[in-house]
Amino acid sequence: MAQAQLPVSSELPQASGHHPTAWKWYDYFTFNVDHKLIGIQYLVFSFVFYLVGGLMAVVMRTELYTPDADVIDPNLYNALLTNHGTIMIFGWIVPAAIGGFGNFLVPLMIGARDMAFPRLNALAFWMLPPAGLLLVGSFFFGGAQAGWTSYPPLSLITANTAQSMWCLSIILAGTSSILGSVNFVVTMVKMRVPSMAWDQMPLFCWAMMATSVLALLSTPVLAIGLTLLFFDINFGTSFFKPDAGGNVIIYQHLFWFYSHPAVYLMILPIFGIMSEVIPVHARKPIFGYKAIVGSSMVICLIGLFVWVHHMFTSGTPPWMRMFFTVSTLIVAVPTGVKIFSWTATLWGGKIRYTSAMLFAIGLLIMFVVGGLSGVTLGTAPVDIHMHDTYYVVAHFHYVLFGGSVFGLYAGIYHWFPKMTGKMLNEPLGKVHFLLTLIGANITFLPMHVLGTQGMPRRVAMYDPQFTHINQICTIGAFVLAFSVIPFLVNVVWSWGWGEKASGNPWRALTLEWTTASPPIIENWHRLPVLTQGPYDYGFNGHEEAEITSSHF
Amino acid sequence: MTTAPNPSELAIQEETQADDHEHHDFRMFGLLTFLGSESLMFGALFAVFLIFRGEFPQWPPEETEVELILPAINTVILVSSSFVIHYGDAAIKKGNVAGLQKWYWVTALMGAIFLGGQVYEYATLGYGLTTNVFANCFYVMTGFHGLHVFIGILLILGVLWRSRLPGHYTAEKHIGVEMAEIYWHFVDIIWIVLFVLIYILALLN
Repeated sequence: MAQAQLPVSSELPQASGHHPTAWKWYDYFTFNVDHKLIGIQYLVFSFVFYLVGGLMAVVMRTELYTPDADVIDPNLYNALLTNHGTIMIFGWIVPAAIGGFGNFLVPLMIGARDMAFPRLNALAFWMLPPAGLLLVGSFFFGGAQAGWTSYPPLSLITANTAQSMWCLSIILAGTSSILGSVNFVVTMVKMRVPSMAWDQMPLFCWAMMATSVLALLSTPVLAIGLTLLFFDINFGTSFFKPDAGGNVIIYQHLFWFYSHPAVYLMILPIFGIMSEVIPVHARKPIFGYKAIVGSSMVICLIGLFVWVHHMFTSGTPPWMRMFFTVSTLIVAVPTGVKIFSWTATLWGGKIRYTSAMLFAIGLLIMFVVGGLSGVTLGTAPVDIHMHDTYYVVAHFHYVLFGGSVFGLYAGIYHWFPKMTGKMLNEPLGKVHFLLTLIGANITFLPMHVLGTQGMPRRVAMYDPQFTHINQICTIGAFVLAFSVIPFLVNVVWSWGWGEKASGNPWRALTLEWTTASPPIIENWHRLPVLTQGPYDYGFNGHEEAEITSSHF
Repeated sequence: MTTAPNPSELAIQEETQADDHEHHDFRMFGLLTFLGSESLMFGALFAVFLIFRGEFPQWPPEETEVELILPAINTVILVSSSFVIHYGDAAIKKGNVAGLQKWYWVTALMGAIFLGGQVYEYATLGYGLTTNVFANCFYVMTGFHGLHVFIGILLILGVLWRSRLPGHYTAEKHIGVEMAEIYWHFVDIIWIVLFVLIYILALLN
């Protein structure tokens, strides 16, 4: 392989002694091509957006404490609602899971020195800050108000500069995502160390493979949908204007052809994180490697064929509802395979209740709840009643917050020592976990009740009969907001002054733990040689070696 | 830490060293992956177009008839350019840089003629982007494709610019040439589908 010819292997600085990667704080603001630095850039950038989006949620929940719109202007509420959804998806979960963990881990896990196209990688990251600025900046122009789906005709009726900025922002983020995915696919296909066969690739990489394929197939369609919307707003076309021959349902098809797979874009990397975190902290090899790989691919495939379940109430004919109900429910099968694999891995393991493990277990619980409410919603007759109620809000917050965010936290606690060379404080991590778990359930569990009782989503004012339950949700939202504080303190303090981490503090068994923490530039002194399965390495701590040890 | 290589320097080293055979299919694979993604973008446009076609009793609507002769000539030019660019690739495979330059110049010229024809068509059609939904689709689809032709011409000009450097492209080392060629073929194939959808199907109405 090309990287084997690099003259640097023997001349690199030693892993011990000085800060091996020699990153300064200002490096994080540069167009740097190192995949590890880009990964951390993605993570930090997206976390800032998590805080921004979270703040918006808190303001909205404050408004919803009383039935009347007495805290903020309803138009502002609409803008907050739109941007909260958009930022959390395009600014936080997708960049953190795919860009952050993917960039940091994939080359390390496959024994490569960097991504296939380092400069393209940096370019993909640096498309995001302008996208984020466009989104947040849209508030100065009234804010996009049509919800994160921006369905026409609503998005055309409320169309303003902000709505155009919203379109451009998502197109930019989508382009970044396509470029990143090309990079991941090429890296994993072409850059694995020569000794690594496909069935020696760690599960996180397999998850990234499925994610990237999905992103490559679905993102362009969203880009077209938003481009046409942008044309309708700014250039007087009438793709989505029914009175001029346009068709609003086409927008919904284009939108959901991306945005349904997007839920798998957000959860597949998290599934990968789970498959790495659980065996390490349960001290037991992962159960069913091949089943997990296969289920990722099957989710990727079926995920592309279920988008119409978001449109059961948009006048879809009954046969279509039938087809999409069935295909939607089938996705539960590969997902169940994963859940059972993790449960079987936990079974009889010597579980260490570290913060990473706690978040992983929290994810299992939350995601199963979200999955079950998803099954009810995926069934057309139920969905027709529940559509656009708080039941939907409860469902996707269990999946996205209870699934993706818990998974991201698990990943951060697990790989923080590898990324920064410092350990996170465990007691503080446990406080963070408890507050998050309690806060999330107080906030989102009552929403199931609100939904079944008929409270519509996306409104600033509601019928007074829902007041009490809404107040519980609001209190939960504040707990959730405060849960971030111990985490922030922990990260900032530990990064600066925390306990030094060894190369392999968790005694994990994948390749990335065989190099130093943080990894040296170009990752390895000598490229590792694989002789065994994907989870047979790393036992020797940070000693980089031709690894042969197999058991622990 | 003075001995630590700057990561961006490393990447550049990798870039220049990597014109060996290994790196070769690696960049080509990246391009093909990207083009696969791009084809979904056109696919979405085709789908939108076909949905509208099915909805309208007459397609294209009366005030927006399409012109047939000029696009047909344009199609012949663009499709032949795919053969021309292949001669350039064949030339460099024999180490013939002058041949490469000749055929790539011709390709770029044919691409420019195609674009010129498109602009002429736009100017003479008598209706604009906002006339009706057919016009919306027509201008967006052909315009989006035209943008791709333009990018293709830029890529070809980039190849020509680099080919002036002695020894930059040789019989063994010409990945940039091939990538421009593949991109050009892609743009051609998309045009053939577009031509059938917009112009040929208009005849069948």
